[in-house]
Amino acid sequence: MELLNLNIPNWSDMGHWLPEATLCLTFLLAMVGDMIVRGRRIWVPYSISLAGLVLAGIFAIDGMPSGAHTIMGDLVVVDSFAGFFRLLFIFAGLMTVLFSWTAEEIMGASRENKGEFFAMTVLMTAAMCVMAEARDLLMLFLSMEAVGLVSYVMAGYMRTTLRSTEASLKYVIFGAVSSGIMLYGMSLLYGMTGSMTFDGIRDALVAGPVNPFSLLVVTILILAGMSYKIAAVPFHFWCPDVYEGAPTPVTAIFSVGPKAAGFALMIRFFYTAFAAGPDAAGSAGLVEMINWPLLVAVIAAATMTYGNVVALRQDNVKRMLAYSSIAHVGYLLMGFVLLTDAGLQAILFYLLVYTLMNLGAFFYVVAINNHLKSEHLADYVGLGFRAPWAGAMMVVFLASLTGIPPFAGFVGKFYLFFAVMDRQWFWLVIVAGANSVVGLYYYFKVAKAMFLTRPAEGADLSPLKLHWLQYTVLAILAIPTLVLGIFFGPAKGLADEAIRLVSMGL
Amino acid sequence: MGEHILSWMTFFPVIGAAVIAFVPSERKEVIKTVAAAAAAVPLILAVQLFINFDRGSSAFQFVEHYTWIKSFNIEYFMGIDGLSVPMVLLTAFLSFLCVIASWNINKSVKGYFALFLVLEAGMMGVFCALDFFLFYVFWEVMLLPMYFLIGVWGGPRREYAAIKFFLYTLAGSVLMLLAMIAFYLNVQNPVTGGHTFNMLHMFDQANHNSWLQLTHIRHIIWIALFIGFAIKVPIFPFHTWLPDAHVEAPTAVSVILAGVLLKMGTYGILRISYPMLPDQALWFSYTLAVLGCINILYGAYCAMAQSDMKKLVAYSSVSHMGYVLLGMSAMTSAGINGAVLQMFNHGTITAMMFLCVGVVYDRAHTREINGFGGLGMQMPLYFSVFSFALFAALGLPGLSGFVSEAMIFMGVFPVYRTVTIISALGIIIGAAYVLWMLQRVFLGPKNDKWDNLPDISVREMFTLVPIGIIVLLLGVYPMPILNLMKVSLNNLIKVVAG
Repeated sequence: MELLNLNIPNWSDMGHWLPEATLCLTFLLAMVGDMIVRGRRIWVPYSISLAGLVLAGIFAIDGMPSGAHTIMGDLVVVDSFAGFFRLLFIFAGLMTVLFSWTAEEIMGASRENKGEFFAMTVLMTAAMCVMAEARDLLMLFLSMEAVGLVSYVMAGYMRTTLRSTEASLKYVIFGAVSSGIMLYGMSLLYGMTGSMTFDGIRDALVAGPVNPFSLLVVTILILAGMSYKIAAVPFHFWCPDVYEGAPTPVTAIFSVGPKAAGFALMIRFFYTAFAAGPDAAGSAGLVEMINWPLLVAVIAAATMTYGNVVALRQDNVKRMLAYSSIAHVGYLLMGFVLLTDAGLQAILFYLLVYTLMNLGAFFYVVAINNHLKSEHLADYVGLGFRAPWAGAMMVVFLASLTGIPPFAGFVGKFYLFFAVMDRQWFWLVIVAGANSVVGLYYYFKVAKAMFLTRPAEGADLSPLKLHWLQYTVLAILAIPTLVLGIFFGPAKGLADEAIRLVSMGL
Repeated sequence: MGEHILSWMTFFPVIGAAVIAFVPSERKEVIKTVAAAAAAVPLILAVQLFINFDRGSSAFQFVEHYTWIKSFNIEYFMGIDGLSVPMVLLTAFLSFLCVIASWNINKSVKGYFALFLVLEAGMMGVFCALDFFLFYVFWEVMLLPMYFLIGVWGGPRREYAAIKFFLYTLAGSVLMLLAMIAFYLNVQNPVTGGHTFNMLHMFDQANHNSWLQLTHIRHIIWIALFIGFAIKVPIFPFHTWLPDAHVEAPTAVSVILAGVLLKMGTYGILRISYPMLPDQALWFSYTLAVLGCINILYGAYCAMAQSDMKKLVAYSSVSHMGYVLLGMSAMTSAGINGAVLQMFNHGTITAMMFLCVGVVYDRAHTREINGFGGLGMQMPLYFSVFSFALFAALGLPGLSGFVSEAMIFMGVFPVYRTVTIISALGIIIGAAYVLWMLQRVFLGPKNDKWDNLPDISVREMFTLVPIGIIVLLLGVYPMPILNLMKVSLNNLIKVVAG
């Protein structure tokens, strides 16, 4: 039994966990710091969290893994794949913490436990990093639950607000159900293969006679649990409500962090446990008897179509962006079904780009919410002229989400479409193409309200003064969104490198 | 600048836009001057191009070739031949005039001129790009500025018109994107053996492999590309965005839209579809002729029914682009040369017409044809300029429109006799709607409401007279433009029709 085979942690390997260790320590320090200042000098936990995230980022860049290093027996592995995601999560966490300082929903006078918010974000970042590193069913479940628990707390941060508590409760209930489903699938899988590690499962599946029906059940159960995490149809019901109810900065990190972590987990699990070695063409072969790519392809098409079509009808910008994030999951899942390196590279590149543009769009909503106390499209009228630079940056994010050159979103989409065409999934790419046209309509509904619609008589047209920090963060996100659309060689190289090692590990 | 003349022409406007972004928005005159300067540079370079272009060669000239994104074999590859030179000249010329014509814009001046210059960069890039990916990027770069130019500075229904334009074009672009990826995956770079976006490699049928050797897949790719371009031209039944966009857009944007953007559709077909899929071009040519014929007649009839001057001119564009399609379908020297000449001529003539409509709209704030009457007495100078433009549009001999239309009919007649004869009816309908509008606006009893309309101003004449001179010159002696394109186009016919 491999479960009993746990080695005593080898401390020399722990060095690869320096960023995670830093984040955990930062979390504790920030909590303690918050207690010492008794929630008064919020800048103490804030700056501790910021410093910790920056430090973790430096460690993550410095310790960018070149090979695969397993830690704690076979429970986790730190490789360039994990290194890529680590950077992504730390970046998203850093941006969220940095920006939240100016967010009324977080820092408003009536809020309690402001310091905890920053600490929680740090903890969530740490847990997401582990999600990208897990290669054992146990660690997979633990890390997912860790991210889930922190998320439930963060969604309910505005605990005096009905909307926020409702979001939190919904999240808990849906989360518990889906965890249970997945856990059931995992227990069946363990029963069938006798192994907890992804490699062990793969070897057992390749070697042994397996009942195809039970394998199908297992696949569906596990896929259901993971689909919940990334909010893919039909496990998306929690997503719009939670996203709308949670404080917007929390929604921002929800829409990129746990989602990307879910993808990392899915890729690692399916491409190790359910894919048997590269075939002659260099793409991954399937474990016999389960055609999970077709299953996922159907989910992908349903997800992008559902997300886009429902987003069309939203009047609340935040809720619309929630549905748009569902649609983007659909695009991303296309890369997942291809069984090629190009498909996975496309996912990673898209996640990188998606993080930039989606965080940016949500942060704009936060900045506007501070002033207008509203996320309704009708209140966005004339905003483009009241805060032109921020408005221009929002247009950059929206155009990038639509996938129009010269913005990074286009390159991401091009890369995905290219990978899909290469594997001749024509129906899938046609569905995706049609969807990206649909996306244009609702993204530019926002741009239309901001710039095109003439404000009603007597509307407030005074210029909006945004916080300098808000401009800074928006620019940090907008500039790469533009640059990566024009010069994406290095970023693509990073994604390619991250995948090369994963597929070598097959 | 000599080495990188095409890059300078493309990106100088972007530099101008960046400068404008940092000029305080109250300094409107400064912004306008910067914009004019930024648009003047490409015009000066265009003159240099016109002088230095080697008319005897069908090869690409002024080539710039660099690696852009190595891992995808994307190149920064610019160059022009006889097909692109007239379009580049037209773009530089009209963009500069449109900046001047936009001098009366007073709402958000900064945004307007910055976006306008980005738009110019996109158009110029499309006509210069020789890498498919680069071409696509430029093609799409124009959408965003165009959306805002129509949407912010347009007329009452501008929101609807702007998003309609955007959605239609993007739908076409997605098809083009998929076709582009299909080419990328199945064209081999003969030197490296890898995938390539290089158009010159895509032209060479020997580099096509796997899917591109299957006829039915080539047909599908052709149709995908064709729809992408057809929406831009616009070809019936994809034309419905055009009247809306034209009516709502501010004058200068209408000029660019009709003068340059529509040409990108036909340019795309000639630059990309024809040489890359020559057998499909032949397969489709009769359909193209019929579509051209429909465009001519349908556009002309619709124009006749309009009561809004601008909408009339917009539908006349649909009709005139039909001639281009008809000429292209013939695969004869006269036909294709006539088609490209018609692209140039339509650009200049339509620009004049839209500018003229803008002149009266600025004064009267209406474009209802029936609301006018007897304006010829009130604004004699304007009357003469507008009539000149209208006569050019109906194909009066001695003006440039006649030459290209005549060449097209001469080129097509031996190939598709029936279609040509039916299409020729378009000339009569064309004359009818033009003269009828002229009569209702300028002749007859004067409407007292317009007693105070001042005649055309010096600035407006400054934008109209240069175009008028070109229209007249090319009507008498079209060789300067024909000589530019003849060799390249005849080479294209050889590639397609053998």
